[in-house]
Amino acid sequence: MALTNIFNIAGSGMSAESVRLNTVASNLANADSVSSSPDGAYKARYPVFQAVQNSLAAAASSDPLQAADASVKVQGIVQSTTPGTASYDPGNPLADANGYVYSSNVNVVEQMADMISASRSYQNDADVLNTSKQLMLDTLKLGQS
Amino acid sequence: MPLNLDAYLGIQPDALEVYSQRGEVLAANLANADTPGYLARDIDFRAALAAASQGQDTSGSADAPLQPETTSSDDVTASSPQDSLSTEQYLKYRVPLAPSLDGNTVDSQMEESAFAQNNVRYEASLTFLEDRFNELTTVITG
Repeated sequence: MALTNIFNIAGSGMSAESVRLNTVASNLANADSVSSSPDGAYKARYPVFQAVQNSLAAAASSDPLQAADASVKVQGIVQSTTPGTASYDPGNPLADANGYVYSSNVNVVEQMADMISASRSYQNDADVLNTSKQLMLDTLKLGQS
Repeated sequence: MPLNLDAYLGIQPDALEVYSQRGEVLAANLANADTPGYLARDIDFRAALAAASQGQDTSGSADAPLQPETTSSDDVTASSPQDSLSTEQYLKYRVPLAPSLDGNTVDSQMEESAFAQNNVRYEASLTFLEDRFNELTTVITG
């Protein structure tokens, strides 16, 4: 039954968005972390989303139109390669021989925008789930009133 | 005169099936709103419903469902039992209003409104079916 698939699809969307929110939280928490080497500095993490075809028939077919139901999975987490900034702070215990510390490459404004986008998508999925549940309950009660 | 329940209920059960399939497609669009390269889809509702209400299966008649035999004219006639409806051939890609750089063509607002509209229509079909069953109950119980 198609309505039950919606639970899986919306659920996968919510789980993917919560991974995204997790990475945002991690990035924001480490925005001010410093390190004594450029390589050791915290790098912003981003989840990579991928559509997954649910039915076997859809997966076997080469025609993308055959797949009606596509849930989401987090294919992996990538780290940003943007170089972080080096700042002169000889008083910092983590400073290197020249007195520099290397901060993370997290762009806080970008992370905030990402957070809003993720939470909106999460809300959308939760909404879809709720509505589908209501429709299923109404269908179950068909002819009983 | 035997009552043909399928004919009595009309197009509503088929509509319900197509609505639920469409809901699934729209839910997939919303779930993949942030997936790079995902192409939003929708069902050609008119064509899907037309095929569903005719009970046609375009994949060929080789595996046509078995028809129950009637041995007497008083037997209850059954209309051809449908295979589980396949709307996959009516899936179309959405034309994006504002294509994004990552190749994703999902417009959350549009999908959300289409989903809401689809649900209201599902509820409407459900109400029509409900009324039909209530009519039958009234006829039976008097």
